[in-house]
Amino acid sequence: MNPAEATAADGPSKGTIRVVQLYPRDMNIYGDWGNALVLKRRIDWHGYTPELLEYNVGDPFPEDVDIIVGGGGQDSGQLVIQDDLQARAGQLKELAEDGAPMLVICGLYQLFGRYFKTRTGAVIPGIGILDVETHGTDERLIGNVKVSTTEFGEVLGYENHSGQTTLGSGVQPLGTVAKGTGNNSNDGHEGARYRNIVASYLHGSLLPKNPAIADFLIRTAAERKFGSFSPGNPDDTYAVLAREHAARRPR
Amino acid sequence: MVFFSVPLGKLVRRVSRLRGGGSALPGLVVEKIDPGFMRRTLTTLPHGVAVVSGTNGKTTTTKMVVELLESQGLKVFTNRTGSNFTRGVAAALLGEVDWRGRLDADIAVLELDEAHAVHFVNSVPPRYCLLLNVLRDQLDRFGEIDKTAQLLQHIAAKTTGTVVLNREDPRVARIADTLTGQEVKYFGLDDSLLGTFPNDDDMRAAPGSPAPAGLPEKPAADVVLRKVGADSAEFEYDGGTVTTAMKLRGVYNIFNAAAAMTLARSICGGGAAAADHATLLEALSRVAPAFGRGESLTVDGQPLDLVLVKNPSGFRLGLKSFPAEGYATMIAINDNYADGRDMSWLWDVEFDSLRGGGVDVLTGSRAYDMALRLQYDDVRVGAVQTDISAALAAFIREGRDRPKRIFCTYTAMLAIRRELAKITTVEVVS
Repeated sequence: MNPAEATAADGPSKGTIRVVQLYPRDMNIYGDWGNALVLKRRIDWHGYTPELLEYNVGDPFPEDVDIIVGGGGQDSGQLVIQDDLQARAGQLKELAEDGAPMLVICGLYQLFGRYFKTRTGAVIPGIGILDVETHGTDERLIGNVKVSTTEFGEVLGYENHSGQTTLGSGVQPLGTVAKGTGNNSNDGHEGARYRNIVASYLHGSLLPKNPAIADFLIRTAAERKFGSFSPGNPDDTYAVLAREHAARRPR
Repeated sequence: MVFFSVPLGKLVRRVSRLRGGGSALPGLVVEKIDPGFMRRTLTTLPHGVAVVSGTNGKTTTTKMVVELLESQGLKVFTNRTGSNFTRGVAAALLGEVDWRGRLDADIAVLELDEAHAVHFVNSVPPRYCLLLNVLRDQLDRFGEIDKTAQLLQHIAAKTTGTVVLNREDPRVARIADTLTGQEVKYFGLDDSLLGTFPNDDDMRAAPGSPAPAGLPEKPAADVVLRKVGADSAEFEYDGGTVTTAMKLRGVYNIFNAAAAMTLARSICGGGAAAADHATLLEALSRVAPAFGRGESLTVDGQPLDLVLVKNPSGFRLGLKSFPAEGYATMIAINDNYADGRDMSWLWDVEFDSLRGGGVDVLTGSRAYDMALRLQYDDVRVGAVQTDISAALAAFIREGRDRPKRIFCTYTAMLAIRRELAKITTVEVVS
């Protein structure tokens, strides 16, 4: 079957899964929409009903959130959302501690940490959900990345950041870098894991070529909401081939 | 005084051409042995230098400006497609100067890559510049869009005469606030057409969401594109509107025609020529697309269009400008250095418009990334073949009875043109 013709599993919906995109207006620079789209489609392919909501600065925060997905932005975008994010810190922290699955990429990964200290020494406070801190540097880390993880196998993506993140003892790295740089130029770690949060510098977008992570988010959302997850059968033929080709491309 | 660099550079140019080599090597040689060559040669031009930069549309816009000025009787030196780096300009100069290093031209109109333009303008301050846009292109080179905007701002700062800015691109329009001595002119777009130009800032804004507060009133533009028809366009300038036939297709190309008109009018108004509107418009209507930018070729008696796509805005505009209906479609995505290695941008393009007819062939080093993208937009994919020659042959064979369209990244476009040159006539750019 042509994967493009893959359709939702037959039969009635197994239930609704609500995905909230954080700040798509200001924090969406490296194809972050792809992560939201992949969640939406795969929720459908697994036989559940997706509901995709956007949350931007000043919006009322949605209720009954099942999955949070947040992207990267330019430094200017981070400044725009900073106060609003602080105002939402309590709700987001509560959701995180309650096991809600979340994917935060690049800029929001940094702001989910304790702080971001810029090159000039200014400290932008984060919301402290993740025990990580980020320091601005003059070096920009750019290129294709391969990461070995125990949870999701090989993770493939592309990085483009000048902030370097160091992990505290309260989080685990997502994986070990096999090609590229990852969190920082020192320890070979990429991304962070805490409860059901996946944080990463990789875009590309991350989820299309790493469906194992997408399905982890969907599975934990279903388990948290319905007590169990019954998967569908998405066709990942193209994802597998795209991964093989991406793995062979130069840095 | 005779500079040895010129004869030597010309010699390198001849040899490298015999070898079928690249266009920049002679430029590199002359730059190394005679760093003052370019500055010395260009500063002798009576009407100076005009620089065209921005992330998208430089080549076609530069071509338009050149043809508009030529219609006014000016002799124009330009760097033809392919090498918009400083050494490419030096190489192009070597081809045009006489053995004593003299250039027979009234003005130079140069297309310059954003990053290289910065070096160029430090050495040769232009009299005019035209800054087109700052799209989310080449982030793998520049890191952030705001960084690209700073590069353009530097070009404007070094310009001695007139700076022409895109009124509709906030990052470009804002450059005006940083300028002190220069004259600033804008080209603009009718409000009714703004929707066809989603910029990177409102790409993901919810439909109907209010514009960010604090946007200043738009400045008046020298030339405004009011309407775009199938083969025509309506421009407003000097208080009146004119409709003209256009060979160029694609809203973005025609918007750049407003940019080219603004620059050409500034240069003429700056004393280079008495701008004659009838001949300017006539010249504009005859401009054909440059090299791979909406080029239309004929293969097996059927039209084959090449549409260059380099970033989400460009791809979305391409899809909007060229309806899919009735066409066989191929998409060729490479991720070589000149294309940009980062594939993230494919996820910021909506491909719904291809759902009806599907895509016949996907090719390029990232063909499977494209296939995956289309799968998530429910677009049927005929065949995936990473080898461009094989894919093109299959596409032409299967689509024998239909007009064809190929969306391609830069290096994929070069490869496709090479293949097509074997079976049809494609424009040769020296």
